[in-house]
Amino acid sequence: MSAQIVPGAERKLKNRISIQMSISNSLTMAYRTLLLIRRTPQQLFDVTIQPILFTLMFSFLFGGAISGSVAGYLPIIIPGILAQTAITASMGTGVQLREDMDKGVFYRFKSMPIARMATLAGPLLADIVRYSIATGLTLVMGYILGFRWVSTDGLLLAGFLSVFAAWCLSWVFALLGVVMKSAQAVQGISAAILFPLSFLSGAFVPTKTLPSWLQDFVNVNPLTYVVSAVRQLFTQGTVGTDFWLSLAGSIAIVLVFAPLTLRAYMRKA
Amino acid sequence: MMQQGVQGQERQQRALAIEAHGLVKVFGDNRAVDGVDLSIPTGSIYALLGPNGAGKTTIINMLTTLLKPSGGSAKIFGHDVAKETQIVRQLISVTGQSAAVDERLSATENLTIFGMLLGLSKSQASKRAAELLVEFGLEEAAKRTLEKFSGGMRRRLDLASSLIIQAPLIFLDEPTTGLDPRTRVQMWESIRRMVASGSTILLTTQYLDEADQLADRIAVIDHGRVVAEGTPRELKAAVGKATLNLSLADEKEAPEAARIAEDVLRVKTSRPEANLVTAPMSDPDSVTDLLVALRNAKIRLATVSVQEPTLDEVFIALTGDGKDAQAGGAKA
Ligand SMILES: Nc1ncnc2c1ncn2[C@@H]1O[C@H](COP(=O)(O)OP(=O)(O)OP(=O)(O)O)[C@@H](O)[C@H]1O
Ligand SMILES: [Mg+2]
Repeated sequence: MSAQIVPGAERKLKNRISIQMSISNSLTMAYRTLLLIRRTPQQLFDVTIQPILFTLMFSFLFGGAISGSVAGYLPIIIPGILAQTAITASMGTGVQLREDMDKGVFYRFKSMPIARMATLAGPLLADIVRYSIATGLTLVMGYILGFRWVSTDGLLLAGFLSVFAAWCLSWVFALLGVVMKSAQAVQGISAAILFPLSFLSGAFVPTKTLPSWLQDFVNVNPLTYVVSAVRQLFTQGTVGTDFWLSLAGSIAIVLVFAPLTLRAYMRKA
Repeated sequence: MMQQGVQGQERQQRALAIEAHGLVKVFGDNRAVDGVDLSIPTGSIYALLGPNGAGKTTIINMLTTLLKPSGGSAKIFGHDVAKETQIVRQLISVTGQSAAVDERLSATENLTIFGMLLGLSKSQASKRAAELLVEFGLEEAAKRTLEKFSGGMRRRLDLASSLIIQAPLIFLDEPTTGLDPRTRVQMWESIRRMVASGSTILLTTQYLDEADQLADRIAVIDHGRVVAEGTPRELKAAVGKATLNLSLADEKEAPEAARIAEDVLRVKTSRPEANLVTAPMSDPDSVTDLLVALRNAKIRLATVSVQEPTLDEVFIALTGDGKDAQAGGAKA
């Protein structure tokens, strides 16, 4: 005679998932995302190849033309590439979320007694690792080329701001990932958002020479503030208005997009 | 004593594992599930049988909270599938028709993650994963990613994933499709073991012998409706009678044997082969009389056998003429 399980009719159960369980579920899903990254390292291309390649390419390509020398250009370009790789990485979050949600394993997740939002929160949490890799590699490349910062505090805060802004922005791409039909579509739309955002931000060139209508766009582009804040942290080691503005802007993005994304996700799930 | 008996009966009535009333699912203008009632007692094995596209998977998806019903209601151990979704999910486990495991991870990683999601600690989860891999004969492939798994291995891992914690109600959508005969028999054993330890099983299958062997009751589904319901025996009895086969040692005696059989059993016989006489059999007792009569007439038999109607015949009789059934349904 085998051991008997507790009969279904006699179990006392709650019709909601506790907060502890939601957190534990999200951490498990984050762990799963990290395993997936380890199994398919090509997922890390955007956060490894790109920072290395872009730092080299932009420094030598534009260095002479814009600042007279590579060394002189580094203080402009490194903060720019930092911001750009961070948001490219956050775009990857949306694409991968879409791909993941189409996999058969989601059929099982949906029928399990787990917090719905964990399947969303887990990957977003795990991707902080990707943003950190992107940020770290860009800084290492910059250092090799001769880029120097004035204080360690400034460096750490700049790194934090890049990663945090990327994480906040990833909610926008996560929303795209949830509502769009295919990973390709997410990729396409995300790229269309990404390019103007990163190039018209003062990330690569000083914006003073731009025509005024473009300058207007640059001035409303949240990335402009992240780039200037990071630049200030590197060159002066101080926290200025731009820092607080970009922090507030990033938080505002999460406050708007996280509920939208969650709602769209729940409706689908 | 009497009173207790009545109370016991009442408790059993309340202990329905699944109770569905008028379940409907409409996709566009396709009524995939069209008013299904089910009541499945706790501790039984219940099979849904039906041709492709009958609506079996859609019924399971509604009962497992994966799809919202367009109409009707269903309860799992008394909990509404639409309103108490999280309670229902804690009472069930589902093995879908196609594998719901992560191709890009290893078998161990898959099982460990599912275990952790169900509330096990990481070490408990990996211990349970190791046990299940042994039980399902996958321990050698444990570390490989599933991309290199055969279809049957993937299926076994899928089933193992549903058994990390034994749920009171287990849904199995075509659990043995694609398994080799030996693994299929192992699967049947696992199913019986789970029922013995208190679970209720709802399964679908394309193999009628499987339903016959396993299921306590069967619902035959066609065009989203239950067209017949009962024990395998009842279903077979409804469709046809058993057949008595008399195979004669000497085929020259066959006409005489047929005459005696018609006399004794009062039925029409037929002779599909020269030495074979077959007769529909309604009353097993009369067979004894027939055998005595044959011996008295000195007719020697090579073999005697009784052929039960198969579920295949039931299935074809009930769902065979698909087009007509649909037209009839539309008119009704
Ligand atoms: N998501 C969906 N959207 C639209 N139609 C669907 C959907 N899922 C199922 N259907 C339709 O509903 C009907 C029933 O499908 P279902 O998968 O439930 O059949 P089934 O009995 O499980 O068949 P099989 O034996 O092939 O697994 C089919 O006509 C199918 O095309
Ligand atoms: Mg099906």
